[in-house]
Amino acid sequence: MGSIDPRLAGARLMLSRVKAVVPVMSAKGGVGKTLVAVLTALHAARMGRRVGLLDLDVTSPSAHIALGVDPRRLQPEERDGVVPPEVAGVRFMTVAFYTWDKPTPLRGHAVDDAIREVLAVTNWGELDLLVVDTPPGLRDEALDTLEYLPGPRVLAVATPSRLARVGVERLLAILEEQGVDRYLVENMATGPGSLEELAERYKARYLGRIRYDPGVEDALGSPEKLLATEMARDTEQIARKLLEQLGL
Amino acid sequence: MHEWALIRAIIAEVEEAVKRGYELEEIVVYLGELQNVDRGVVETYLGEALPQIAPGARVRYETEPARFRCRVCGREWGLDAVELDEATREAIHFVPEAVYSFVRCPFCGSRDYEITSGRGVRLALAVKRSEETAG
Repeated sequence: MGSIDPRLAGARLMLSRVKAVVPVMSAKGGVGKTLVAVLTALHAARMGRRVGLLDLDVTSPSAHIALGVDPRRLQPEERDGVVPPEVAGVRFMTVAFYTWDKPTPLRGHAVDDAIREVLAVTNWGELDLLVVDTPPGLRDEALDTLEYLPGPRVLAVATPSRLARVGVERLLAILEEQGVDRYLVENMATGPGSLEELAERYKARYLGRIRYDPGVEDALGSPEKLLATEMARDTEQIARKLLEQLGL
Repeated sequence: MHEWALIRAIIAEVEEAVKRGYELEEIVVYLGELQNVDRGVVETYLGEALPQIAPGARVRYETEPARFRCRVCGREWGLDAVELDEATREAIHFVPEAVYSFVRCPFCGSRDYEITSGRGVRLALAVKRSEETAG
């Protein structure tokens, strides 16, 4: 008699009333994926959509830092699972609520277990959009995310750097092979857009470019300040296009 | 409550097995000591739901003691070897992997260890003889 993990069935139930799930992914770290995820969620909420933001980077969660959430003070409420607290109009969930920003060195199966557990217990209720900040790279945790989330529509983030470009090309190739809907955003752009041709090659929808904004660092920790940055202005256009593409 | 999410997940999994045509003889629900779910709550809800979904199936509950093995010094230990305050236990209750944030190997202090048993809730299903085992 083998053992069965009931959590993925639980995760499907918890996500069954979410209209669109958008994992924000990058093949490399340091391309601004978390901020793109956070700002996209904040903008979509401001545009009147019911939005969730899930930080699935279980070993290095950071979305709560961008939002200024102290995980020891703000906690999900227990109701048919755990209901994510609302932060600036966005229902926000992170493993940091349970690890309190302490180091959480997880290996192999423990990473997968933490991801499954968070997905199984988080009661999202009804949402138009769930934005998921994923761990960078193309390792187990990123691939598992694609497998566990229903009908994922990936927002790939890259910078114009040649290194990031090669990385995102690999990511888009895999998404194309798996038949996953995909969008591409160019972050920290200093010149005119340079990744459009890449998006075209891998049949991804190019949603635009976000100019490099050194001011964003000082805005970390406050949703209001973040929304007042240059980066937020560019991301607003991207969020608008994304909602349009998702039919929301 | 949090247990309810896990109970619903178990119900969904059993329903799926029945839908696939498996005739269940026994359903075993393993409750890991580390996650420390409320066994009474789990038994009460599943005690009502499972006979309706899988009539005739025996239901058993087993509590699995939590065990850890250090990857650095190779020693093994259980939860009784570490002290956890109420808030920490609560955090681990929701996401058992939070244990890595709070507990180190009691022998060498490393955080590089594995949970070898008793992590959280899992399920085993046995089907009636002459049929294939589900899961």
